[in-house]
Formats: sequence, structure tokens, C-alpha cells
Amino acid sequence: MIEHAHPAATVPGFRVERWTWLSMAFSGGLAGLVVLLAFAPLLVGANTQTNLIQLFFLVIMAMMWNALAGYGGLVSVGQQGFIGIGAYAAVFLCVQHPLNPYVSMFLGALIGGAIAIPVALVVLWLKNGAFAIATWVVAEAFAILVSLDPNPAIGGGTGTSALLPFNFRYTPDQRLHYTYWAALGAVAVLLLLLFVLLRSRLGASLQAIRDDEEAAASVGVRVLLGKGILFVIAGAGSAAAGAIILAWQLSIQPLGPDSIFGINWTAKMIFMVLVGGLGTFEGPIIGAVVLYVLQTYVSNGGVWYFVMLGGIAIGFALLAPRGIWGTIQERFNVQLLPVGYRLRTGGGR
Amino acid sequence: MTWVSVVIHGMLLGGVYALLASGLSLMFGVMRIINLAHGSLALVGAYMALLLTEHLHISTYLSLAVVLPGALIVGYLLQRTMLERSLRAGQLVPLLTTFGLLIVIANLLQRFFSPDVHSLDAGRIGPASWQVSSSLTIGWFDVLTFGLAFAVLGGLQVVLKYTQLGRELRATAEDPDTAELVGVNARAVYARATAIAVATAALAGVFYGIRSGFDPNAGANELLYAFEAVVIGGIGSLWGTLGGGIVLGVAQSVGAQINTEYFALAGHVVFLVVLVLRSMRQAGALRLLRGKVA
Repeated sequence: MIEHAHPAATVPGFRVERWTWLSMAFSGGLAGLVVLLAFAPLLVGANTQTNLIQLFFLVIMAMMWNALAGYGGLVSVGQQGFIGIGAYAAVFLCVQHPLNPYVSMFLGALIGGAIAIPVALVVLWLKNGAFAIATWVVAEAFAILVSLDPNPAIGGGTGTSALLPFNFRYTPDQRLHYTYWAALGAVAVLLLLLFVLLRSRLGASLQAIRDDEEAAASVGVRVLLGKGILFVIAGAGSAAAGAIILAWQLSIQPLGPDSIFGINWTAKMIFMVLVGGLGTFEGPIIGAVVLYVLQTYVSNGGVWYFVMLGGIAIGFALLAPRGIWGTIQERFNVQLLPVGYRLRTGGGR
Repeated sequence: MTWVSVVIHGMLLGGVYALLASGLSLMFGVMRIINLAHGSLALVGAYMALLLTEHLHISTYLSLAVVLPGALIVGYLLQRTMLERSLRAGQLVPLLTTFGLLIVIANLLQRFFSPDVHSLDAGRIGPASWQVSSSLTIGWFDVLTFGLAFAVLGGLQVVLKYTQLGRELRATAEDPDTAELVGVNARAVYARATAIAVATAALAGVFYGIRSGFDPNAGANELLYAFEAVVIGGIGSLWGTLGGGIVLGVAQSVGAQINTEYFALAGHVVFLVVLVLRSMRQAGALRLLRGKVA
């Protein structure tokens, strides 16, 4: 990405552009799609809404993991820790202190972001693999702490349920609609937040960090601050996904690879981002749709499902490291959601 | 007196972790990558030993005669097929591919061996122990494991220091391009390093499997404990790894003495405390540096 070229800099034969007709049309289209999706509860059945909620939290997870790895160069294998915290904070607030479940979910996301701050101070000094495993240790520690909590709202190792607080206030239909809107809202807010962030000065410095950390530091980029901001946003976003999962499946457990603190969430995140396109803005959304289609039409859960996820992720990492969207971008030089600048030759102004 | 016993058992437990950690440490030292599937490969070693002991009715120790050469071959092929390509694609790709491998292995093991907990037979040495005092008994198997860890770490040290392979490993670790210039085949060196690392992992996995039960997802814990031992001991030092393993083992043992459920948590907490202390020291260094840059 061209950090220092001013968009208006004019060199004969070249021009720097950000918005193109295509990207304007697509961004407008995406905004329109979000508005259209907001009306879905009035138009489609309960099954479709349940499935779309699943797609929405997958999109959030993929976006957050991509923000860390694709923009910050941080491979986390511990985002499930924040997913679990978001879910457990939400269930605790609405069971123990009878807060509104949706308010609890929102607060759960904020708590995830708040807990990410001290975690960032511990793990961000580490590089690559050391960072990866340290995040996993933190997630494991959270899971064990939750499993040891005898508070009836937490339920220790056997888990807990948010069924009562939801049923107390809402009918099952209302719960479905409100959860749908909450999930869609979370996707829209986080998408917009990342979009604005990556277009800002910080976005440019983040991409400089990803491309060459030492070089970035030498031109005055505050490397740790940039990574810290990403880590906190990813913590809050992952916690939001966890809170949505709570409202979607109601009961959660803390232990095991399939639990709310389970490593399988990270397997899904890595799959989505690698398949969609690591480090592209659009890629994680495509990856989430691919995973959603696989889950809906091929297999959901089970041994072979995860063997397939892991195998496909390895295949993409080795053979098509740019993923679906990165490959398309390279071949056709298109960008639908403009987070960078592009250099055009020949069109001179 | 029970606390003395707790600490001594913890120290002996540390031997298993040092054994697990040695291969992880070797691969990081030579290739600068952390193999996230290291614990899973150790676990595969344990399951292969299980298969051999169940079907051929041989002792667990005898099964190593097949498991270890097999692990060398697996490690060599792993490097040549997957890791070599990953390494060429940058620093992040090896993490992604080895994580994918971890997920694939855990689920394949679940498919072929069921999600149940298995354990390996310790043989005649299993129940044998040495009564030191009324409250301190030391099992022969624990001493054997610790001695083995000591021997493997020492052996690696000797290989690294005095053999041709060791010199090539160190030269490649230092600078692969320059090593190539003086006639070292870096690709072959990497493949040998991974082969040795996977073999030590399988050995550790078998001893871990005799010591405690394992299920298809145990690879995750084996990886985390191994890595914690490496970090606590200080990255890049093989004897440090033994020290790190001992600290981790003692922490877990003391934690479990307070409450059996604190076993893993106590180890994680000690690891994180070490990280915090290191990062505070680094923060001090960074502040100095920032003063210069700004």
C-alpha cells in the first residue's frame, strides 16, 4: 500500500485512486443489502433466520481473525478465549443480575474488549509462533477458571443456560427476531468500524507493520500501539460473536474442543480467512459464506467435517495463499470495498 | 514432609515436559518455526505404540523399536512435503499449516481410536517404587523418564556440538544462505532436524501416555506444556528447557496438591507470570529505544 503518496499527487501518466465506480456501486450495494437483510424477519421463515444468525457470527469471527493476522501479522489461536468470555459474561449478567439479555450481550462484548487490554500487554511482545501459543494458553486459563466457578449462573464444568432470562422476557419468536437483528447489527457495526479504521492513518501504519515491522518502526510507526488497538477490537468482536452464539444455542459449556472455549472455533476462523483471502477486506466475508454453505449442505460438525476444514486450510495455505478473493483481486485488479489506494497507469490527468 | 514429596514428584514430572519440549526447541532453533502440531505428533506416537502393544502383545518399550524409526520417516516426509513449502511462503504460513495438521490429527485419531481415554502399559517397572521415608515414595518409572529426558537433552547437545550434522545444523540455524555457500544442503539439514524432532516427540508421547491417560485431544495440552517448558527455561537453551520443565512440573504438582483441579491452571499461571516479568524487562528496554527514535 502506498502510504506516503498523497492521493492528489500528480505524476504524468499515473494517477492514484481510492474510489472507483465499481467500488462505489459495490459499497452502496452492500449497504443496501444490510438494509434489505434487516427486513428478513418479516419475509423469511424461522429456519432461514436461524441459519443467517449463524452466518453472521461466522462473518464476525472471520473479520476479527483476519484483522489480527491479515493486517497485524498476528496469528492468534486463542480467540476462542474471547468468544467464551463474551458468552459467559452475557449469561452471568442476565442470570445473576437480571439485566435484559440483549443489554447483557452488548456488555459482554465490551467486557471482552476490556479483558483484551491486559492480555495484549502480556502477549504482544511475542512474535509469530510464540504469540500464537501464548494466546492459546490464555484461552485455556480462562476456560479452566470458568469451569472452576461454582456460581450457579456459571455452572462450573457442566455449563449453563440462558434459557430462563430469555423466556422470562420474550417469546421464542421474539427471541429469534431480536437475536437476528442483534447479529446483523453487530456485523454492520464491526464491518464499518474496520473499514473506517483501515482507511485511516492507523490502517496505513498497520499494513506497514504487517509488511515489515522493523522498517515500519524505523519510520516512526508505533508498532505496539497499532497491534494493541487491533487486539482489543478483535477481543471485543470475538466476544460479541460469543454473546450471539449464546443467544443462538442458549446453553454453553466451558471445556472441550467443541465447547464455547473450544479450539474448533479457531479452526473455523483460519479456514474462513485462508479460503476467502488473508489480508483482504472482502475475503473473510467470502470465506464465511463458503463455510456456511459447507455446514448447511455438506456436513456440520463431526470428525470428517474437521478433517476437511483442516485439510482445505492446509491446501489453501500452500497452494493458494491469497485465497479466493486475493486471487480474483490479483487477476482482475478490482477492489470492491476500497481500503487502500490503487495506482493506475496510462489514464493520466 | 508431604510438600517435599509434592515438589520431588513435580520435578520428576518436569522430565516428561522437557522430553516433549526438546523437539519443539530444536525445530525453533534451526528453522525459527514453532510446530503447532508437535503435541499431536507426540500423541500419534502414543497411539501407534498402543496399536502395536494391543495387536502384537509386545511391551510398550519394545514397541519403540518400531515407533521411533517410523517417527523419523514421518518427520522427514513432513518436512519435505509440507513444512518446506510453508517455510518458503513466509513466517506465518508454517503456523497455519501446522495448526491445520493439528486439527486433522486430533479428528482422525478420534475417528480411528474413539474419543475414549486410553493409556499405555508401564510394564513390570510400573508399580515398582523406592520408599525413601514414610511420606516419600519415588516410582522407578518416574526416575526412568527423568533419566531419559536427561539423556535425550544431553545427546542432542553432544550431537549439536561435536558431530558433522550438529555443525551443519548450527550453521544453517545461523544463516541458511551462507551455509549453502560453504556446501551445506540446508533443505536436507532441515529435513533431518524435523525427523529428529518428531522422533523425540513420539518418544515423549509414549512416556506421557504411560504416565497419564490420553484421548485424541490430548495433543493440545502436550503442545502447551512443551511450549511452556521452553519459554520458562529461556528459548534457545536445551538445559534451560529441562529447568523450565521442572519449574512447570513443580507448579502443576503444587497446584494439584492444593486442589486437583488446579493442576493445569497452576502451570499456565506460572508461564504467564514469567511472560509478564519478561515483557516488563523488554518494556524498559523499549522505552530507552523509543527515546532515541523519537
